[in-house]
Amino acid sequence: MDISTIIAPYLKATGGVLTGLRAIQQEFGFLPPTTEKVVAEAFNLSRAEVKGVISFYADFRREPLEGTEVRLCAAEACQAIGARQLTEDVATACETLPPVSLVPVYCLGLCSVAPAAMVGGKLIGRANVEKIKHEILNQSEEVVA
Amino acid sequence: MSSVPTLYIPLDSVAVSLGADQLADKISSHINSKNLPINIVRTGSRGMHWLEPLVEIDLEGQRIGFGPLDEQDIEPFMHALAADATQHPKYLGPIADIPFFKDQTRLIFSRCGEIDPLQYDAYVQLDGGTGLRKALAMKPADICSEVLASGLRGRGGAGFPAGIKWQTVAGAEADQKYIVVNADEGDSGTFADRMIMEGDPLLLIEGMAIAGIAVGATQGYIYLRSEYPIAERILKAALDVARKNNILGGNILDSGKAFDVEVFVGAGAYICGEETSLLNSLEGKRGEVRIKPPLPALEGLFGKPTLIHNVISLCSVPTILSRGADFYRDFGMGRSTGTMPFQIAGNVKHAGLFETAFGVTLRDLVEKYGVGTLSGAPIRAVQIGGPLGAYLPEALFDLPMDYETMAQNGAGVGHGGIVVFDEQVDLQEQVKYAFEFCVEESCGKCTPCRVGAVRGVEIMEKIKNDTDTVKQMELLDDLCELMVEGSLCAMGGMTPIPIQSAMKHFPEDFKISGGQTTLAKGGH
Repeated sequence: MDISTIIAPYLKATGGVLTGLRAIQQEFGFLPPTTEKVVAEAFNLSRAEVKGVISFYADFRREPLEGTEVRLCAAEACQAIGARQLTEDVATACETLPPVSLVPVYCLGLCSVAPAAMVGGKLIGRANVEKIKHEILNQSEEVVA
Repeated sequence: MSSVPTLYIPLDSVAVSLGADQLADKISSHINSKNLPINIVRTGSRGMHWLEPLVEIDLEGQRIGFGPLDEQDIEPFMHALAADATQHPKYLGPIADIPFFKDQTRLIFSRCGEIDPLQYDAYVQLDGGTGLRKALAMKPADICSEVLASGLRGRGGAGFPAGIKWQTVAGAEADQKYIVVNADEGDSGTFADRMIMEGDPLLLIEGMAIAGIAVGATQGYIYLRSEYPIAERILKAALDVARKNNILGGNILDSGKAFDVEVFVGAGAYICGEETSLLNSLEGKRGEVRIKPPLPALEGLFGKPTLIHNVISLCSVPTILSRGADFYRDFGMGRSTGTMPFQIAGNVKHAGLFETAFGVTLRDLVEKYGVGTLSGAPIRAVQIGGPLGAYLPEALFDLPMDYETMAQNGAGVGHGGIVVFDEQVDLQEQVKYAFEFCVEESCGKCTPCRVGAVRGVEIMEKIKNDTDTVKQMELLDDLCELMVEGSLCAMGGMTPIPIQSAMKHFPEDFKISGGQTTLAKGGH
């Protein structure tokens, strides 16, 4: 699907620019270089405005992620129970795993079962290196299969 | 009640993060393969998260709990159900008898964990919709007065009287007004919004509909953070359920009144929990804060009068309408009326959600119900109210949790999140993190926040390296004062709260002997 087709349903929607950008990223895994131009024309905005929106939000990325996305919570409740150490340990463990992108996240709402992680969209409570490793391997196998 | 026994398995993010989906699948295939006459119902969570996945079964009219269950427990669990369930090692007895649960006053979370969140009949059976029906029989102005009389204050953090906001929006003249729900629950240590949206979304929708009728708004939006995919799925399904049952739509419960709701998902920005920033984001723009005034109540979304509330504020409304302002006001203390779902998190043994009237002490929450740290080491500090909340020492644990007492002690209830730290915590590191978080999440609109946060990180690095510490501490004091006085919103204005509280209560972590510093000036 091309970008104009993806954003077509959102042209009249409230906050449609943001929802449209989310949809584009959903489709491609990132926002391709032509995003500003196409979105700006469709919503009657300047390219600078669209670029401003894209750069403001942490979720948007301009390049595809490498491998599985591993989001580790870096906020206080997780810090209180070892998130800083876990982040280091996961980074070390990932050196010998299929490719992953480590992305910090500020709160997944799992503060009562901290530390929290999200591996390729899957939530992991009381996260540790073993659980995260297991999930990364699981998901890489699925991709291969 | 059907004669076929029912198993209740939570679908809440916390339970799912601990394997509840796989557990439900396995139990389901076990039931199918043995052709057992057992129903499975997915529910919200009870909030006792150390017991998740917590599976329940109806036995003689009581809900009996088993947890935490993992996949290895399934076979023996199913055998135990057929024989004597009390013999199962994960048997917890009746849920209603577990002290953590029994001691709560659940006005908001009464149905959460009890029912399938998308079953309208179950919702109605447990009093759902009563508040809306009452509201539809009242004059809009009387609904606003009822909310005002209840003493309800905004649960997002600021604690502003809800009724005054409602009256302001109701009194504004406009061709279009909006109800906007702030479900951008970004504070670490908080998950009450997420839990109620996953466990009883119709309650939020009912609260929004009541608000819409009261202030004359026909369109509502739920601004949901993108980190909550399960809540998104359930909310969207709940909107369909609500429309099908005329809780939303062109003719709510045949009253002739119209109100509808959309879910809008953000894109990863803590600042969008600030109401004006949220409104910009909902308009599809950068989530930068707006200068106030004008207040959103008069000029909010697209410049129209907008009632913007936190999830829990609106979820408190149906009870106020169904049981009356007097009933609600009887809970709590002083000007903090009603109940608050406190969220106990971080390094704590019994973490979870505890809804109770204002006035409960921190000690009860973290020691009696939280049962101390998960690590077993003594509690050294708690942070209340998210990343912009104060760090408090054990000496202040006997303070009652209410808006005024917390404010007098340089802290705030915030959104009710309590993060527990043991003696491993280095408050200097936490202070540096508070600045780093502000660097990461500042919207950049005002200089004190955008630049101040960066300066703060630099100062903390110098203090860490013990470079001219006394002078740096003075600078830090000045910086905090500037951020408090000069920032446009709470992001920059409240970042000094964790910082100054940490330095005041834990001076030993800053290489300061006995508080002999310049802190007296700035310390909250």
